[in-house]
Amino acid sequence: MNYAYYPGCSAKGSSADYEKSTQAVCAVLGMNLVEIPGWNCCGSTPAHAVDTELSAALCSRNLDIAAQQGVEKLLTPCPSCLSNLRHTAKRMENPQFRARVDELLDNPAAPDFPGVTSVMQGMAAHCDANGIASFIRKDLGQLTLAPYYGCLMSRPADIMDFGDPENPTLMECLLAACGAKVLDFPLKTACCGASYGIPERTMTARLSARILRLATDMKADAIVAACPLCQMNLDLRQPQAAKEADAIFAMPVLYFTQIMGLAFGLSPDTLGLEKLRVSASALLDKLEPAPSISKTPVEGGQSCE
Amino acid sequence: MKNATDMSQRHDSGFTVEVGAQSGQKLSACYQCGNCTAGCPASFVYDRQVNQIMRGVQLGMKDEVLDSRAIWLCLSCSTCSLRCPNNIDVAAVMETLRHMARKENRVAVGNVEKFWFSFLNTVRAFGRSWEIGTMALYMMRSLRLFTDLDLAPEALKKQKLGFKPHVVAQGGASSVTRIFKRYKERAEREGVRP
Ligand code: SF4
Ligand code: SF4
Repeated sequence: MNYAYYPGCSAKGSSADYEKSTQAVCAVLGMNLVEIPGWNCCGSTPAHAVDTELSAALCSRNLDIAAQQGVEKLLTPCPSCLSNLRHTAKRMENPQFRARVDELLDNPAAPDFPGVTSVMQGMAAHCDANGIASFIRKDLGQLTLAPYYGCLMSRPADIMDFGDPENPTLMECLLAACGAKVLDFPLKTACCGASYGIPERTMTARLSARILRLATDMKADAIVAACPLCQMNLDLRQPQAAKEADAIFAMPVLYFTQIMGLAFGLSPDTLGLEKLRVSASALLDKLEPAPSISKTPVEGGQSCE
Repeated sequence: MKNATDMSQRHDSGFTVEVGAQSGQKLSACYQCGNCTAGCPASFVYDRQVNQIMRGVQLGMKDEVLDSRAIWLCLSCSTCSLRCPNNIDVAAVMETLRHMARKENRVAVGNVEKFWFSFLNTVRAFGRSWEIGTMALYMMRSLRLFTDLDLAPEALKKQKLGFKPHVVAQGGASSVTRIFKRYKERAEREGVRP
């Protein structure tokens, strides 16, 4: 089945491994992600921090392209893009706001925009837990994982529509469907320090260190992320966090799609695991062949939605 | 604002009205429970806590609020909004204050704004953000030449950062450039800092 897709800029740069593993896992699930043509940056935090209308113009251009293509639902892997696109769709319901944004665009934006949702929710809508279980080729039973959503995926609740904003559970459901042990991770929606790693490094290092320390104390084999910026702060910046906390961390931080791909028996290369700063090799050593492979989904499987 | 209830401070009720209108929030509903501050991940770097900012806004303490570092260090994480018992979108108030401060050219933490513009300049040029370009521009602007240099070897080895920007095809990049151009021209017409 085809799904319209907005990868976001980091998919073409720092989170190429998220992109690779998302594509690979969706292909296994029978989801064909089709990039909308000529998409641009959503503006991320800098655009909305500078000006709401500028941010909305950048987002509207993408939503307009999707609308022109007759898209019903647009999927994106990045919570920050998702947040910006959804905020814009909401704000554009206000005619005065829309008129100000239209002034910034080449042509007035389409009157109706398609809905935008996360790839994670897209997967859960596409197949239930049993459907996912039918693709499992490797046993993740030896892995203990700390699910980490970051702040944007579930907040603000009315915009993001991601279940309980303090305690989302969709990732847990997907990881459990893949056979892993999933921790009840108290900092799962705490902030990692966002894009302040560059201008205010100490703040980001301290916030990331808190998350890394708890996952370490809880004996997680890995933190599982869904956001390119969170993953970068926790993985690439892990030495900065360790220095700030006067600690030693060796915590792999994988995208949820990389974990799902491992369960599906995809190769580390297909999942871009070589891009991780903290190696995932200890995890790979814990994988075992799946005991029984059920090729046909069981009827009445539980939904992760 | 150490003593936010000291009514002898200068206050500007027009400011309170303006923040309420721009953010769309009912500021008088804040009763200083402190929930926003309790959950704020950035509180340890704030010069004014977020509940103090809220009180400052209620009291019309414009200078104290708009010159605070806190409004620049806010991570836009929305924890405060989620936990406010009076349903005030506190993060939207913080964002409104940032916008107002910027437009008046009061930028208490210049490097944060420099970083934003470094990022946005790559978007303006290519239609998409470009990490290495953002870093280079930021280093030039902030004169922090060694920012994140410790990460560079690993990031380059893992090809984490693209050496070339991704330019939006089919005239998309210039269409984005025009968005920025119109934005800037309109701000100039309206007499605010873009
Ligand atoms: S949580 Fe709401 S009511 Fe409580 S201090 Fe903050 S803004 Fe005021
Ligand atoms: S949005 Fe800003 S003020 Fe509110 S909790 Fe997050 S960092 Fe603190």
